Amino acid sequence: MVRVGVVTFPGSLDDRDAAKAVRIAGGEAVPLWHADPSLQDVAAVILPGGFSYGDYLRCGAIARFSPVMDSVIAAAHEGLPVLGICNGFQVLCESHLLPGALIRNDHRKFVCKEQRLRIENNRTPWTGEYATGQEIVVPLKNGEGGFVADEATLDMLEGEGRVVARYLDGNPNGSYRDIAGITNEAGNVVGLMPHPEHAVEALTGSGTDGLGFFLGLVGVLA
Amino acid sequence: MPKVVVDVILKPEILDPQGQAILGTLGRLGIAGVNGVRQGKHFELDVDDSLDDDAIAKVADTLLANPVIETFTVKRA
Repeated sequence: MVRVGVVTFPGSLDDRDAAKAVRIAGGEAVPLWHADPSLQDVAAVILPGGFSYGDYLRCGAIARFSPVMDSVIAAAHEGLPVLGICNGFQVLCESHLLPGALIRNDHRKFVCKEQRLRIENNRTPWTGEYATGQEIVVPLKNGEGGFVADEATLDMLEGEGRVVARYLDGNPNGSYRDIAGITNEAGNVVGLMPHPEHAVEALTGSGTDGLGFFLGLVGVLA
Repeated sequence: MPKVVVDVILKPEILDPQGQAILGTLGRLGIAGVNGVRQGKHFELDVDDSLDDDAIAKVADTLLANPVIETFTVKRA
């Protein structure tokens, strides 16, 4: 079975749902503790949503220096697939595995809604299950979800096809260019503000549109 | 113990929603004439004499500030 690590930082909330999504997709979810540098031979890592370290200093700024992150950063540079969801996306930007930063929502309210997205890059190990241009609905919940970067970086991301997902039906948090998710140059690290792990079962969440992130990963590594 | 002060603020081109919220509140205080507010962070470090400027700059640049969106100044008190 494909082993997918799910990191728990102090304050992580959505680690269990991420682990459940991995299991529903047919993988083995391996809990990874923030203070333990061992990645336990996993084939991929998920940095989950939540409020690691209470968002103290800046969201993800302290989690980025965890012992487990030393290993994740090194492994990511070697090609390990990494998915950062919400707070995990913030940790990836603070770690400089992804460019840009996430700031307070422009309208200053915490947004919590079902959000329509367009998948624009299906060449990452996380998005291969989707068609380019496919529209999906997954929950979005964030207070600091505004993706920002300078114009040169934004143009580079667009030009290199590194925008993985874009918000549809209006911009929910002030993210530049309506960017909901991006990938690194090598295409193995993906940061996503919305929560695919909350859309993997018909009974709960907004439907099952998010399951593809996990099915795709398990499928490509199996 | 020498004190080091690091002040961090968002780069001018980055939207500051918290500053905007503060600006909006000034009106409710009955204060006119303030046209803009930017909110930053003020850190005070108690440091050993042996800690040199490079080490302090590293603390500021990698932890206290996110250089993607913030600038900082360092002052030794």
